[in-house]
Amino acid sequence: MTSQPHTVMRKFEKVCEIIEKHNNDCSKLIPILQAVQEEYRYLPEDVICYVATALGIPSSQVYGVATFYSHFALKPKGKYVIKICDGTACHVKKSIPILEALLKKLTLTPDNMTTSDMLFTVETVSCLGACGLAPVLVINEEVHGLMTPESTAALIDQIIAREEAK
Amino acid sequence: MNDIEKNTMIINGNEVEIGDERNLLELIRKTGIEIPTFCYHSELSIYGACRLCLVEIEGRGLHASCSIKPAPGMVVRTATEEIREIRKISVELLLANHKVECPTCPKSSTCKLEDLARRLGITEVRFKKTNIDQPKDFSSDSLIRDPNKCVLCGDCVRYCREIQGIGAIDFAHRGKNTVVSPAFGKELAKVECVNCGQCAAVCPVGAITIKPEIDQVFKVLDNRKKMVITQIAPAVRVALGEKFGMTAGDVITGKITAALKRMGFAKVFDTSFSADLTVIEEGTEFLNRFAKGEKLPQFTSCCPGWVKFAEQYFPEILPRLSSCKSPQQMFGSLARETLPALYGVKPEDLVIVSIMPCTAKKFEARRPEFAHEGLRDVDFVLTTQELSTMIEASGIRFAELEPESLDLPLGFKTGAGVIFGASGGVTEAVLRFAAEKVTGRKLENVDFHAVRGDAGLREATIDLDGKTVRLAVVHGLKNARRIAEEVKAGRCNYDIIEVMACPGGCVGGAGQPVAFNNGTIRKRAKGLYEADKMLQLHKSQENPYVIETYEKILGDVGGAKAHHLLHTRYQSRRRITEKGMPLLTGEAGDKLSIKVCVGTNCYVKGSQNILKALTREIEKRGLSNEVDIQATFCFEKCGEAPNVMIGDQLISRCTVEKACAALDAALGTRQKVTVTA
Repeated sequence: MTSQPHTVMRKFEKVCEIIEKHNNDCSKLIPILQAVQEEYRYLPEDVICYVATALGIPSSQVYGVATFYSHFALKPKGKYVIKICDGTACHVKKSIPILEALLKKLTLTPDNMTTSDMLFTVETVSCLGACGLAPVLVINEEVHGLMTPESTAALIDQIIAREEAK
Repeated sequence: MNDIEKNTMIINGNEVEIGDERNLLELIRKTGIEIPTFCYHSELSIYGACRLCLVEIEGRGLHASCSIKPAPGMVVRTATEEIREIRKISVELLLANHKVECPTCPKSSTCKLEDLARRLGITEVRFKKTNIDQPKDFSSDSLIRDPNKCVLCGDCVRYCREIQGIGAIDFAHRGKNTVVSPAFGKELAKVECVNCGQCAAVCPVGAITIKPEIDQVFKVLDNRKKMVITQIAPAVRVALGEKFGMTAGDVITGKITAALKRMGFAKVFDTSFSADLTVIEEGTEFLNRFAKGEKLPQFTSCCPGWVKFAEQYFPEILPRLSSCKSPQQMFGSLARETLPALYGVKPEDLVIVSIMPCTAKKFEARRPEFAHEGLRDVDFVLTTQELSTMIEASGIRFAELEPESLDLPLGFKTGAGVIFGASGGVTEAVLRFAAEKVTGRKLENVDFHAVRGDAGLREATIDLDGKTVRLAVVHGLKNARRIAEEVKAGRCNYDIIEVMACPGGCVGGAGQPVAFNNGTIRKRAKGLYEADKMLQLHKSQENPYVIETYEKILGDVGGAKAHHLLHTRYQSRRRITEKGMPLLTGEAGDKLSIKVCVGTNCYVKGSQNILKALTREIEKRGLSNEVDIQATFCFEKCGEAPNVMIGDQLISRCTVEKACAALDAALGTRQKVTVTA
């Protein structure tokens, strides 16, 4: 995947700005990583090294924090991040069959939750706070409630069709 | 008077006075009660993870005694039925998570988990084994990591960060997936680990162990064509005995020699001999620098952990490191130079083994600059621990051995070479040389007590005929970092600084028998100073074999031959193997590659601004498609930061102007080439 030349440079400059804004303060590591992930959509290894260098802490420590919180991703995520809620309410309302249907449709495995064309990443979350709409899934920022395996598959097909049309 | 006013508390029914203990655990142990712990070390921060030090505090319930301050009036019980049961469960849970292979584990017999299971009377594990099989890490020259045995106590993590100031390993992931790992799950050899091995020394189990070379050494000993010789480092002779029922600090050089001879070593020499050489070379180097007032303070260079540390973190002070090889490597190159002719063996049939208190020496012996024409100056490095294993494997009854004497010429030493093994010893040995050299008078009292002791940083000033020499002795790399920062900032005016990575110096090396308290290390150091007293000679310059070596082989002190054999060089070293970040990727077929270093040193010197300015310039000129820009980590020229690579040209101490000029030049020639083509 080749990125446009200028955006990569901009992203890097943005990382520098983020670190400067936090005064190179290592106690601000988590907000820094959050902001950096906003830019890159994940935390590349070299960017983690750069952040560690700029904050004067070992890379192993930044890596430890980045792997502790599931919010942080060390691998690139797909364009569409599908979060399936498997909290109590959604679980009872059969969220697992939706997850299974999704994995099957996108040929994903628990070890590899991103499609090879980098279009989709599937994640499970514990509660989205929308239990009234259970079972719920969120695609990027868009919430979809009262889902079934079938309606989920239809939703995926729509996205694929939209992307192909582009 | 009630208990509160009396400043006492009750432990197991006995009244105990509260002193200046850091926590309840220390107070309880002071009263002679043993509380089991995994994650508690008095020199490290308190972690409170293992929960084995639980005690019952009346009115408050169960608490981890490491994390509670003793308070007047407290009533504490340390071994109730409930506590015993909880401790048992904790240890059983650890055993369920732990790859149990005790008979073949290198940590066997010094393993805390094994010891605790026995002490708590655990005869079965009631929990299901986890049996996750993770790959071992064999990448390092010095250490082996086996994550399957890790109990996540974090001792290694805290030691590396708090005492050594490095942080090569840390906890990663979460919950049942938690592991102790170098950054990005990389191999240990690919990160900033300096091989001091203290992680292996504090590891209560066999998750980090010394990488053994026992089999290789036995193999060459069995090969009749080979002549295997060995050198014993000073600190080994005061520690090996601990493995055979003797006391720490007992000097047993004679017994070690006898054991080595029985195992088939043709000659047994002493690293203290080459330490004497080091004193003369390093002392002369110091006096020259001192006279000229340049490259001061001079840092010692005998400790391979410190050398790698300096190469990684302090490239700008590398010129101040003594250029002397360590005694191990001086011995190696001198032995390679002289022994084949002396004994009539082919150079490739001479095998040089060193016995060291240190794991980093294994790394040092493998540094590429210490090998010539395919032969390493030191072929194998055994630690004190490995030697004890070999003695046992050879069926030698060590305690019954009659002492034998070391071989000549490389086995003759003075006391100065022996005290090298204790923190402060190198400095003292150099002073014994420098004092005579400067004053021109015979030094009668050779003891410099000011540099002895066990504080992490010791300072002293010594008057040499009206000239004041200011010295500092540090051990523990975090202390070294602090002092190196001061030197870098020009805030301290020492003349000579001795650095040892391990607390206590080499006597506290990670290759030594596992010592569970600092008292052992102190006793070993005392043993070395006593060994010095027992010798007739205390000054390296009086060693007749050193004098002879200069006359017959080396020529002048610090001369060309001595320099060739006894000195080395250093280079800045990247901390982590890391690719660069592509920032701008042009589309033209024949692009100019631009790499700007954003490693620590270059970053501090403003490489990020150069990167920014250069990108703007390229965009302004509409050259975005003609170039590839990469932010990269470390050209290993950190002393001349910031570094920028344009095409094949590395520009050190780069400025925006220099970078633009180089860019013009590079693109100019390229355009010309295109035109002529």
